Amino acid sequence: MIKQKIVLRFPPHVVEQPVIYHLIKDYNLMVNILRADINPRKEGRLMMELSGEDADYRRAVQWLKKQELKIINLEQQISWSEERCTHCGACTVICPTGALNFERPGMTVRFEEDKCIICELCLRACPARAMEALAENANGR
Amino acid sequence: MKINRTIEEINGKIKAGKAVVFTAEEIIAVVREKGVEEAARTVDVVTTGTFGPMCSSGAFLNVGHSKPRIKLNEVTLNGVEAYSGIAAVDLYIGATALPKNDPANRNYPGDFSYGGGHVIEDLVAGKEVHLEAKAYGTDCYPRKKYETLFRLDEINEATLYNPRNAYQNYNVAVNLGQKTIYTYMGILKPNLGNANYSSAGQLSPLFNDPLLKTIGIGTRIFLGGGIGYVAWHGTQHNPSVERLENGNPKYPAATLALIGDLKQMQPRWLRGLSYLGYGATLQVGLGVPIPILSEEIMGYCAVSDADLQAPIVDYCGAYPNRESDNLGHVSYAELRSGTITVQGKQLPTASLSSYAGAREIAATLKAWIGKGSFSLTAPSAGLPSVEAGIKFKPMPDRDPEGQEG
Repeated sequence: MIKQKIVLRFPPHVVEQPVIYHLIKDYNLMVNILRADINPRKEGRLMMELSGEDADYRRAVQWLKKQELKIINLEQQISWSEERCTHCGACTVICPTGALNFERPGMTVRFEEDKCIICELCLRACPARAMEALAENANGR
Repeated sequence: MKINRTIEEINGKIKAGKAVVFTAEEIIAVVREKGVEEAARTVDVVTTGTFGPMCSSGAFLNVGHSKPRIKLNEVTLNGVEAYSGIAAVDLYIGATALPKNDPANRNYPGDFSYGGGHVIEDLVAGKEVHLEAKAYGTDCYPRKKYETLFRLDEINEATLYNPRNAYQNYNVAVNLGQKTIYTYMGILKPNLGNANYSSAGQLSPLFNDPLLKTIGIGTRIFLGGGIGYVAWHGTQHNPSVERLENGNPKYPAATLALIGDLKQMQPRWLRGLSYLGYGATLQVGLGVPIPILSEEIMGYCAVSDADLQAPIVDYCGAYPNRESDNLGHVSYAELRSGTITVQGKQLPTASLSSYAGAREIAATLKAWIGKGSFSLTAPSAGLPSVEAGIKFKPMPDRDPEGQEG
């Protein structure tokens, strides 16, 4: 079994393809969509959690790549600069999933990447600007 | 037995490497175990700390004279406006100053990604800062324009002077309204979505000397990672508010004006901040040593978060409209637990002041005293306390066109 959060980036010419249908029907994957949008240039972005058999997942990834979709592992999208972080905690009440939380009683902020859904609310909620969205294609696989 | 210790005696022990020092967090357990009298007998100094956003902060700079000379008039540092209404090449860069063309809240909520606090952080970090200046030109200061890059070590003086720091207690901010608001207390979600506070509580300097019996003008402190001094009481100093039995205020009360040489400070403890929809500011790290001169002082230093109360204030209605109603009080122990209850609703809390930072500052100051590199000073004058009878004034409201006040 594999469980992986990914971001799919759709170039304009495939944005209308029923990709999710194929992931479920042809590759037997469970799909949990976290966020989806299409920008004015008709490029699509889909964040989701995929789970299923390892072999199915690998075949699905190959198929997605063939469709010219860019696949990015989700946890690499947002980074926390420990050096910039002053451990105030302003982010902890804004983060909807608790990925950013206080370690008590030490009262230090920690970032649990696996809980992050890239809502990006922390980027501007952090007064010290310790949270960064990585360049969108930098970590594409 | 009465404990009577003098600053001179403490300094003698510091010099000999024999001073007994605890942080304001550690001392709580010491007093709980040994009692106030025994703790007062054995402990010489308690160190405090706080690391929070403090808007009333800034630095005086003397950038030296150009050739030919210029009397700086309109000045920006990395685009951020500096105040030049003093002598020719003296400036003040305030923590909340913004670039001239900053969109501010025109694109609400504004980002405020760079301001005076960031200029100060960049200076302390040794980065080059871009100065642009205009002047009207005089016979003695003929130049009308100047542009240069400079670093902190290349200018004559850089003095951090913060008119108001170290607030003794602060509001807990909540939002009773229907939509998210963006405040200097952070992002407040609607319908009591969260509660933000801003104090180091039991570690905070003025909670450990509530009636200002040891802290005064000239008290040497940890400021911005270096050495600083208490210059005066801070602006909005209001020791007259209602107090708990332990002497601590139930509302924001005393404040300190602080001064120190920026050149020996560290960017780690002077951090430019951007408050979404509000503005730019500076996070200031400071720590004050409390000399244990008597059992009374020891008793004050033993205060814990459970014994300290903060008022809960609605930042949607009551605060902006300067209405005095508050939604009750809550202890710092509850605040630090992560959840408080307001109007029957449980809401998550977050601090804007870094407790971890405060703890580290108190520990650093303790280490400095322990190795003999930091000695205590006796204040040259006290600060006005409860007996001064200070009345906190609102802004006068008179019509300049009217015939009578």
